[in-house]
Amino acid sequence: MNNVYYGKLVFELSKPGRVGYSLPQCEVEGYALTDLPEGLRRQSATILPECDELTVVRHYTNMSNNNFGVDTGFYPLGSCTMKYNPKINEEMAALQDFNIHPAVPAEYAQGALRVYDEVQAMLSEIAGLSRFTLNPYAGAHGELTGLMVISTYHRQRGDVARTKIIVPDSAHGTNPASAAVAGFQIVQVKSTADGTVDVEDLKPLLGPDIAGMMMTNPNTLGIFETKIPEIARLVHECGGLMYYDGANLNPMLGVCRPGDMGFDVMHINLHKTFSTPHGGGGPGSGPVGVREGLEHCLPNPQVVKNEETGLYELVADEQSLGSVSGYLGNFAIIIRAFAYLLSLGKENIPLAGKLSVLNANYIKECLRSHYKLPIDGLCKHEFVFDGLKDEYAGDHHDADHVTTLDVAKRLLDYGFHAPTIYFPLLFHEAMMIEPTETESKDTLDAFIEVMKTIAEEAKADKQLLKTAPHSTPIRRLDDVKAVKEPKFTFKAL
Amino acid sequence: MYKYFPHTAEDVQQMLDVIGVKSLDDLYAEIPEELKLHRELNLPSAKSELEVRQIIEGVAYDNQNFACFAGCGVYDHYTPSVVPFLAGRSEFSTSYTPYQAEISQGTLQYIFEYQTMMADLTGLDISNASMYDGTTATAEAMLMCVAAAKKRNRVLISGTFLPNVLRVVETYAKFHGVDLVVVPADANGHMDKAVAQQLIEADDVAGLIVAQPNRYGLIEDFSGLADLCHAHKALFAINTVASALAVLRTPGEWGADIACGDGQSLGIPMGYGGPYIGYLCTTNALVRKMPGRLVGATTDANGQRAFVLTMQAREQHIRREKATSNICTAQGFMCLYVASYLSLMGPKGVQEVNEQSYAHAHYLRDRLLETGVFEEVFPGQPFLNEFTVRYTGTEDLRGQLLDSRFLFGVPTEGMENCLTLACTEKTPKALVDYLIEHINYFLESPEEENV
Repeated sequence: MNNVYYGKLVFELSKPGRVGYSLPQCEVEGYALTDLPEGLRRQSATILPECDELTVVRHYTNMSNNNFGVDTGFYPLGSCTMKYNPKINEEMAALQDFNIHPAVPAEYAQGALRVYDEVQAMLSEIAGLSRFTLNPYAGAHGELTGLMVISTYHRQRGDVARTKIIVPDSAHGTNPASAAVAGFQIVQVKSTADGTVDVEDLKPLLGPDIAGMMMTNPNTLGIFETKIPEIARLVHECGGLMYYDGANLNPMLGVCRPGDMGFDVMHINLHKTFSTPHGGGGPGSGPVGVREGLEHCLPNPQVVKNEETGLYELVADEQSLGSVSGYLGNFAIIIRAFAYLLSLGKENIPLAGKLSVLNANYIKECLRSHYKLPIDGLCKHEFVFDGLKDEYAGDHHDADHVTTLDVAKRLLDYGFHAPTIYFPLLFHEAMMIEPTETESKDTLDAFIEVMKTIAEEAKADKQLLKTAPHSTPIRRLDDVKAVKEPKFTFKAL
Repeated sequence: MYKYFPHTAEDVQQMLDVIGVKSLDDLYAEIPEELKLHRELNLPSAKSELEVRQIIEGVAYDNQNFACFAGCGVYDHYTPSVVPFLAGRSEFSTSYTPYQAEISQGTLQYIFEYQTMMADLTGLDISNASMYDGTTATAEAMLMCVAAAKKRNRVLISGTFLPNVLRVVETYAKFHGVDLVVVPADANGHMDKAVAQQLIEADDVAGLIVAQPNRYGLIEDFSGLADLCHAHKALFAINTVASALAVLRTPGEWGADIACGDGQSLGIPMGYGGPYIGYLCTTNALVRKMPGRLVGATTDANGQRAFVLTMQAREQHIRREKATSNICTAQGFMCLYVASYLSLMGPKGVQEVNEQSYAHAHYLRDRLLETGVFEEVFPGQPFLNEFTVRYTGTEDLRGQLLDSRFLFGVPTEGMENCLTLACTEKTPKALVDYLIEHINYFLESPEEENV
């Protein structure tokens, strides 16, 4: 990354008369937009910039130099699974033969439909479930779709009293938010001191109004919920279904499957577990899987292979929950996941999970001398520190007490992305670290060394951390000003 | 080891020693044995990069490429090579949501540019950067109407929406408990404004959502609707095909409170349905009801202008079940597509794309009518680059054209023998003429003879 800040906006590079495009001459004469009634036409000019091609290329290239990605450095961002994004996947997704209109009749789109169905089948095997839809566009969209599956299941049984979803207090924020959008009320279940679901707190919550329970396992603290068989049994006994938030699926690959743990419905984040790039926050892909007996609830359109003709068909099932997408989801993301699954194969998929667990435990053991580890024992793919130990951070009541935010900002100076901070909400100074399997011991050692150096810096010179970062393209930002004097467009500047 | 895993055997051993366990499997010691798989996954074996390429190229070959006269929300516009080239920069594509603003100014800045462009194109104050596609953006617009109205639960939606948009909005409404009422079309293929008016005057409507151009390609006249909605405390939302915003009366100019739609037509490849980006714009007054990510301008400790994710108190990671939406995505990568496309095209480029698409579509309409086997379904109604015709012949013309690699429109759902056809700058006169030649040929020679 370049530490010389490039902060211009494209509108500031515009000069009247410049063009950055070329189109063929239009050979059709006698038709003009001015033939449309004036009242239907745009009244105002646009703000779009006038730039030549090189100006545009240089502009965005300079901007990219102000950006940090997995390809530039280590991204220990907990809950986000920032693994390497293989390049062959990109090339396969860009194949011109896949760039077809989504209304192309199924018989002419057999290649695309085959990719869809094969990914669907592979995810089903990995998850221990019966069938997946790949239509949901993102993880939270998958959650919403999965909750609609649960709601549809109960409605079709005529059981309309099930209006509540149980969510652990350690859950990802999307869980309760998705349940609310799906029309459910949210009931929170507490965690025990070891960070897992408190079964005794759960029991009295269960009843005829419970539609289901959402969990991720391992949970957001990276702890495997060993009581999952009992929890699943209790929820099933009360008539509810179990939903698995697949955000933390990576460490479970080939070792322990959500279907075998007792879950009925789940989503997978292809952009986490299956290596598709995060793209600055999207697009993702959130396939939803269900156990046998729930397949008909999945959203339309559905891809079905006609065993007689051997051709894939697009089907709309009347019992389906409805549609959640315009077409068949983020298809170009699905191709990338297909390439990843083929590349790793059955031999390497389980290894990905195991090495991610190895990396997480290694960092945890190496840094527990300097950072507070609230929950001991083996973690899975990620773990949570509760900030620096007091001997480094200083007194909690002092104004110059070094916080998790300060450590995170100082890490940027050393060329590392920060961990996820202040989540989960169970710990005040939470620092959630997930290294993934694609990072080497050398990288982890360098990170560990820096984290220890920062702890020593905190002891020696608190202001150095309070004012960090120092060597990034820009300095710490005024978040309050962004809210108090909101400016969302160039015109508002 | 494997090419994506950097661990040597020695590394693994040293790390296991530090952790204090004997093997990788021991890292899972706490998991009850009965929950473990204890067998190999039933999946294909690992493939080399060369094999992966061969397999996927082989599968892709089973798709047919067409000269595209289909639209219905997805348009075959030309994407300049600069756009995918810049999007391919992995400093952009391999980054996460820009939480750490000091090392994410690239992402934050292009999102800010995107927000500026979409707010300007729609004629509204602000834009978010978070919607998956046009169908879900329209559903979010519906949820915004209900959230803003507080005690009203009824939303009206035009029956002239594309069926696949309606289906998604209906699904969200069903589960969220929104009373969604579809306002039927009139004889001209426009939303029946009289019916809408009657419903709005009942004073229990949270919002009205309309489509532009509509499912038949027609440009609707929304005069009076904004005032009507506002007089009865309802919000007015317009879904417009993004590329058309550059030339059609904008949602802001119609007096809308919310603009939503699909951004695919602004440089994003058709890609068999995704990824695209949904846009959602609104007025300053409604910012706190807006779902999804918002980038704002601020300054850093040196007083330098910089950009940051802001107004996060609306969002799921802070507000959980009380958030404006469950959206977590920042559709960053697609914002980059749109921002770089619009930067290249500029005001003249977007105008010219629309001019050409308009001219080609009207030329195609006229040539089809000349064949004698097509009639206009809504004669005299203005359209931009898409229109609906009825085929009066008996041959399976569309099937024959598909076999000749023409994607000849999309069958108009619910209307027998009707097709909705679209043109872009990529369907020039020569291609239209070639299509008409094929049509005339098929009409003159029965199917058996033209094998």
